[in-house]
Amino acid sequence: MSDTVAEPFLKGNTGRNTRGILRLSILVLIAAAAIASRLFSVILDPWFNFRATKYLVSHGFYDFWDWFDDRTWHPLGRVTGGTLYPGLMVTSGAIYHALRALTIPVDIRNICVLLAPGFSGLTAFATYLFTNEMSTSPSAGLLAAAFMGIAPGYISRSVAGSYDNEAIAIFLLVYTFYLWIKAVKLGSAMWGALCALFYGYMVSAWGGYVFITNLIPLHVFVLVCMGRFSPRIYVSYCTWYSLGTLASMQIPFVGFLPIRSSEHMSALGVFGLLQLVGFVEFVRSGVPSKQFATLLRGFVLLVFTVAFGGLVLLTVSGVIAPWTGRFYSLWDTGYAKIHIPIIASVSEHQPTAWPAYFFDLNLLIWLFPAGVYLCFQSLADEQVFVVVYSILASYFSGVMVRLMLTLTPIVCVAAALALSSLLDTYLSVKSPEVPVEAGPDGTNGTPTPSKKAAKQDGLRSMRLPIVGIYTTFSKVSVVSALTAYLLIFVLHCTWVTSNAYSSPSVVLASRMPDGSQHIIDDYREAYQWLRQNTKDDAKIMSWWDYGYQIGGMADRPTLVDNNTWNNTHIATVGKAMSSREEVSYEIMRQHEVDYVLVVFGGLLGYSGDDINKFLWMVRIAEGIWPEEVKERDFFTDRGEYRVDDGATETMKNSLMYKMSYYNYCTLFPPGQCQDRVRGVKLPDVGPTLNTVEEAFTSENWIIRIFKVKDLDNAGRDHASASSFDRGNKKKKTIKKRGPKVLRVE
Amino acid sequence: MAPKRSAREPTPSSATTAQISSTGAGSVPVVPSSKKAASANQSPQDIALGIWKNYLDATPQRTKLIDVFMSFLVVVGVLQFVYCVIAGNYPFNAFLSGFSATVGQFVLTASLRIQTNVENKAEFSSVSPERAFADYVFGSLILHFFCVNFIN
Repeated sequence: MSDTVAEPFLKGNTGRNTRGILRLSILVLIAAAAIASRLFSVILDPWFNFRATKYLVSHGFYDFWDWFDDRTWHPLGRVTGGTLYPGLMVTSGAIYHALRALTIPVDIRNICVLLAPGFSGLTAFATYLFTNEMSTSPSAGLLAAAFMGIAPGYISRSVAGSYDNEAIAIFLLVYTFYLWIKAVKLGSAMWGALCALFYGYMVSAWGGYVFITNLIPLHVFVLVCMGRFSPRIYVSYCTWYSLGTLASMQIPFVGFLPIRSSEHMSALGVFGLLQLVGFVEFVRSGVPSKQFATLLRGFVLLVFTVAFGGLVLLTVSGVIAPWTGRFYSLWDTGYAKIHIPIIASVSEHQPTAWPAYFFDLNLLIWLFPAGVYLCFQSLADEQVFVVVYSILASYFSGVMVRLMLTLTPIVCVAAALALSSLLDTYLSVKSPEVPVEAGPDGTNGTPTPSKKAAKQDGLRSMRLPIVGIYTTFSKVSVVSALTAYLLIFVLHCTWVTSNAYSSPSVVLASRMPDGSQHIIDDYREAYQWLRQNTKDDAKIMSWWDYGYQIGGMADRPTLVDNNTWNNTHIATVGKAMSSREEVSYEIMRQHEVDYVLVVFGGLLGYSGDDINKFLWMVRIAEGIWPEEVKERDFFTDRGEYRVDDGATETMKNSLMYKMSYYNYCTLFPPGQCQDRVRGVKLPDVGPTLNTVEEAFTSENWIIRIFKVKDLDNAGRDHASASSFDRGNKKKKTIKKRGPKVLRVE
Repeated sequence: MAPKRSAREPTPSSATTAQISSTGAGSVPVVPSSKKAASANQSPQDIALGIWKNYLDATPQRTKLIDVFMSFLVVVGVLQFVYCVIAGNYPFNAFLSGFSATVGQFVLTASLRIQTNVENKAEFSSVSPERAFADYVFGSLILHFFCVNFIN
């Protein structure tokens, strides 16, 4: 019945070859699609990584390792080599040198731009391998690879030009998990060692490695609790842990963390637990049960006392570092807002809104539970891993938007499992014919006589376990519906990628009333101005969001940047921005600031500007100087955050407010001055600036740069000097002259 | 935490490596029969003695060699740890890499021992003894590379 022309190609030995080639070509196509869908707009974005890579390529590895960067964090500088994850730069450096060795002339910039798409192709392949370990169906792996290739949740961090740690980290994440599953299945030390090597690579690439550090021990722990301890698990876990921990300690930034910080303690604890369990299992298998009971009791008591005593002792003596703030914020979403504003101020660290799941994963998110359910049906060790992973990642993705990235792989895998089992059931041409002969007269292959017996004995499906799809109609309808869903999914992914995730933050695109695209290029305009009109070592003060961009595109030293390692320094900048001019001037003089850069969206309606971020600056500054900066002072009596007439005095006098609205009213006819982001009318008389002067304002007023004035020549303070310049008559200050004294000498 | 905890790990096994081994290497059928019903009310001392005897009788020579190596590693690890407690951990890198070298090697050797155990044949269908040894060498090479790199 299924005799087709292709029949001889799909059976026997030739069939295997054909299928192999088909699979390979499908994988290649998926990788190509994954790469192509990331090329909508190509602009290199995270400038710091690019700068570091250039440094690595031009100075060599050892210099890079000891690189002290004096152009960031201005008075302090930054020991860059010791405070970054070098995996990304080293990878692209290695690719660069490899291509050079093959005499392919290539610019390091091109490698950096195309690294993320290239690695997304590899991620698709790794997902294929991972899924194949989970399922016997060959289609599951291919489906998972395809999903992984185009899922917007992953594309969001890996479009061409987003040269960021996540670009390679997700590939490493999935591949490490694949190696781990392989190690558990085979119980081979080699796979465990490979897993440790890739884990080490992952540690060098992304701070998210902690996810692996906790997930694998959790998997083992769950297995042990389920009573599934086996020598295979002992071999794979102990190999992975002992080698992987050493590997992770090679990265200077990680250093002694694996034995000090609490995030890594679970791995160590499970390592210890496995030693105990392994030992107990050995004894159990040989010693008679009565004696074993005696031994076990004594042993358990001993271990418990020693472990508990040790834990208490270490905690009291403070050897174990307390939990880090970022970790607390994972459990208590309100924690960060209160204690560590610097973490909460990053938009990536906000809790995820629920539509984001659908936006990023679309169809996959409702296939996901089905896939997890299917894992319960044949609950082998590797399926337990999927279950544990999905539970943990679902939770974390709800806590932080950024962690959606770790959820995406498992969603793709689970969805592919669900979908492939559906397709396998409905697409098979042959299978239904077999049970039909059991009941040729029954409508759906269910023999009539057994019906009554079935009713008595419980579920019919339990009695007749032969399940199949019998009519062509149901097959065709289900399969075509699924195909339609998949096509819509592809459409959605393309739409999301081209609209939401392909716009780099330095260039804004907007639509004109006639529908044509209008590019707003203020950032680059301003950075270019800085590059051409300022001294080479002019220090730029801005909020930290723009630090990397200024460093990379304008090539000027900055006070703070996106690597937020020093909270105090950031708070200093926050204080300078939120204080009165005279206070700020002192701070700026102390830090040798030459220019101040603010982002202002009022004219254009660009909501990501500094006035909207201003409260974070205030909060962070308040964390360090609670007496001098008070968040309450920036709210009106009724608790409103206002920038118009009703703004508080503190607000109106803050440097940030003054710089943002300086001269803004002159753009409008009197009485119509309007802020389009906040949607409020502004007072007609704008703020005056004494200690800084306007140096540059970009086309759409998004970037405004102010020059910090030098000390006055005549020794006046800036307020009186500028009021003199404005032509105000100097207020008569009554000079107190002492009584005339006759000079004797 | 780590050094202390993992230091403790091998310690019980050092005393009990022998016991582990007594159960290994196909000696299982022998052990219960030799103990028989009489063993029900024996003192722990007797039990340990019996197990030790069995171990000497029933373990293959190669496995004994592995066991000796493992107990050597335990001794070295304990010595390092005691030194660290007494004399301070000043070059912490050096202590850490030395100590993790012993712990890692111990674990790898234990893995080799488990994999080559006849009893566990069913678990490791794809790992022949030769393959296990190759894995062992591979793992040890990586381990010592990292240790040397870390020692400063």
